[in-house]
Amino acid sequence: MRKAIAVAHKEFRQIARDRRTLMILLFVPAFFLMLYGYALNWDIRHVRLAVEDQDHTPESRSIVSAFVNSGYFDLVASVDDTRIAALMNTNEVRAVLVVPSGFGRRLRTGARAPMQVLVNGDNANTATTVVGYALTILQSESAHYQRGPWAPLLSVQPRVWYNAELRSTLFLVPGLIAYIAMITAVVSTALSIVREKERGTMEQVRMAPLGAPAFVVGKTIPYFLISLASAIGIILVAMVLFGVPMRGSWWLLLLALSLFLVGALGLGLLISSVSDNQQVAFQLAMLASFLPTLMLSGFIFPISSMPAFLRAVTYAVPARYFLIALRAIVLKGAGAQAFWQDLVALAIFAVAVLVLASVRLRKEWA
Amino acid sequence: MNAIVVSDLTRRFGQFVAVDHLTFDVRQGEIFGFLGSNGAGKSTTIRMLCGLLKPTSGTASVGGVDVSRDPEGVKRRIGYMSQRFSLYERLTVDQNIRFFGGIYGLDKARLDRRRRFVLEMAGLEGRERTRASDLAGGWRQRLALGCAILHEPPIVFLDEPTGGVDPLSRRRFWNLIDQLSASGVTVLVTTHYLDEAEHCHRIAIIHAGRLAALGSTDELKHMFAGRSIVEIHASNPVEAMRLLDGMPEVEKTSVFGTAVHAVLRTDRTISTDALTSRLADAGVPVSGIGPVQPSLEDVFLEVAERA
Repeated sequence: MRKAIAVAHKEFRQIARDRRTLMILLFVPAFFLMLYGYALNWDIRHVRLAVEDQDHTPESRSIVSAFVNSGYFDLVASVDDTRIAALMNTNEVRAVLVVPSGFGRRLRTGARAPMQVLVNGDNANTATTVVGYALTILQSESAHYQRGPWAPLLSVQPRVWYNAELRSTLFLVPGLIAYIAMITAVVSTALSIVREKERGTMEQVRMAPLGAPAFVVGKTIPYFLISLASAIGIILVAMVLFGVPMRGSWWLLLLALSLFLVGALGLGLLISSVSDNQQVAFQLAMLASFLPTLMLSGFIFPISSMPAFLRAVTYAVPARYFLIALRAIVLKGAGAQAFWQDLVALAIFAVAVLVLASVRLRKEWA
Repeated sequence: MNAIVVSDLTRRFGQFVAVDHLTFDVRQGEIFGFLGSNGAGKSTTIRMLCGLLKPTSGTASVGGVDVSRDPEGVKRRIGYMSQRFSLYERLTVDQNIRFFGGIYGLDKARLDRRRRFVLEMAGLEGRERTRASDLAGGWRQRLALGCAILHEPPIVFLDEPTGGVDPLSRRRFWNLIDQLSASGVTVLVTTHYLDEAEHCHRIAIIHAGRLAALGSTDELKHMFAGRSIVEIHASNPVEAMRLLDGMPEVEKTSVFGTAVHAVLRTDRTISTDALTSRLADAGVPVSGIGPVQPSLEDVFLEVAERA
């Protein structure tokens, strides 16, 4: 153990000497979170709306103001039929509300009152969301005009738990935390052993009566502390800038984060032990951390809708378990009983990669 | 007592036999030189003796420990330093010493004592806080040696330890090696420099993985017993060599700097004057000629050609 500490001590000093790498490890992750956090946002606000009001009644004005007051739409133009196409083509408006003449009269007499919403469909995601907003507004407006026996028997009052406003940020930022922490942890350690191979210091270390496990543990400790500091940094940024709540226990979060990071560092060391030079190590590290964490962790794409083969692959992606735990802790305030299996899976992954890295190194040493 | 006992040691890499049934002993406190051209199998042998590489067959024991059975035990008894002087460049002199002391498991008191010893030995007192990358070659070399012997190993392996170091530093380094040997440490050293080999008590010449010759420098030079070597300085050494090769009295020739060495046959004798006039008659004037003692280089070339 003293030998492992000697390795850790040396590694710390080396990292501390290398100010640039240290800064990259500590602060770039938080910076990335800010970049991604603002850019990756599926919520749609300020949809530019034009209105073609052929009716000019109190009822038509009331519908228009319902759209504007919803906060989703900005009224940019009142137009007539002829200009609509031009405005849509140039993207000056993304949606048009058409209120036909006779709309108010039909409402007052209790007849069906059709109206039209035109949505720019060049971005299918946005269009779907905008249509959803419009339907919600129209539904709640039409309730005002329903009276007497026609009142609906079934009334649905949806309430979305944990994220009442359905802000996609709350869903995406935990994923981003896992994603960024994973990449930094894997890449930084992936370079650490292979660098010693390249510089020849590895050969010198191998000549010492130092077991491969002591070497691997010694390498893990400093990177663990640094990546832990960096990960806590990005979590704080997520809370301050993106309003991610903290509804659960910090200790549980620390536990889940630690298990996840040790696994990521172990994966990096494993990559480092099989690589012959830093380029190969870097590429392997990106391949092993970047794509699986982005695609196969449930960060963006739900695992349950993947084909069986890919679903099986996701069991080997540590971010999958970490994301479940992270979302459960910060968004739901759930206790460990809700996700203990995921913590166990993270621990198994961590032990497995560290053992593999040691075995692989020992094979190379002997 | 023998510090290293090697018997029929063999290592194959696929079809290639890097080390071929090597057998030799190294006595305690001896400086044992390993001489051979690149790829002769010197480094492979050292790696097996250090417990880094498993022998394909044969046995080797280092400090009484079998290298195949207990490589970790071997590592505790040896120090190793290679031509790369593998230090951590970004760390200071002191930090390097402390790291290597740490991985050899030295306790604090012993580390302090050995640290002072290494700093003094390497002449690095007062430069403890200098980064290894800022040291000149000779100091780096001595620091690397110091780090390799922090744990006071009875046996030290030096793999081409003087590469890229100036002559003065080389001499200083060899003085350190002599001191180590005098204090009872066994030193096995590989080198390209034949003048360095003269420091060794005994030399093994390795050629193509086999032991080609073994003995003290005097014993090795005795291989030339009965034959004399003539050194010839001529204005046109290439032409002189061609002419000498054509003479029945000359066994072989080789270039030595600007001079030519001709090994004469034992059964045919020729005087230096006769050689001079014969060369002059052929149009190659000789500016100097005389008999010389065989050098290790002569031995080395002889062995390499014969094998």
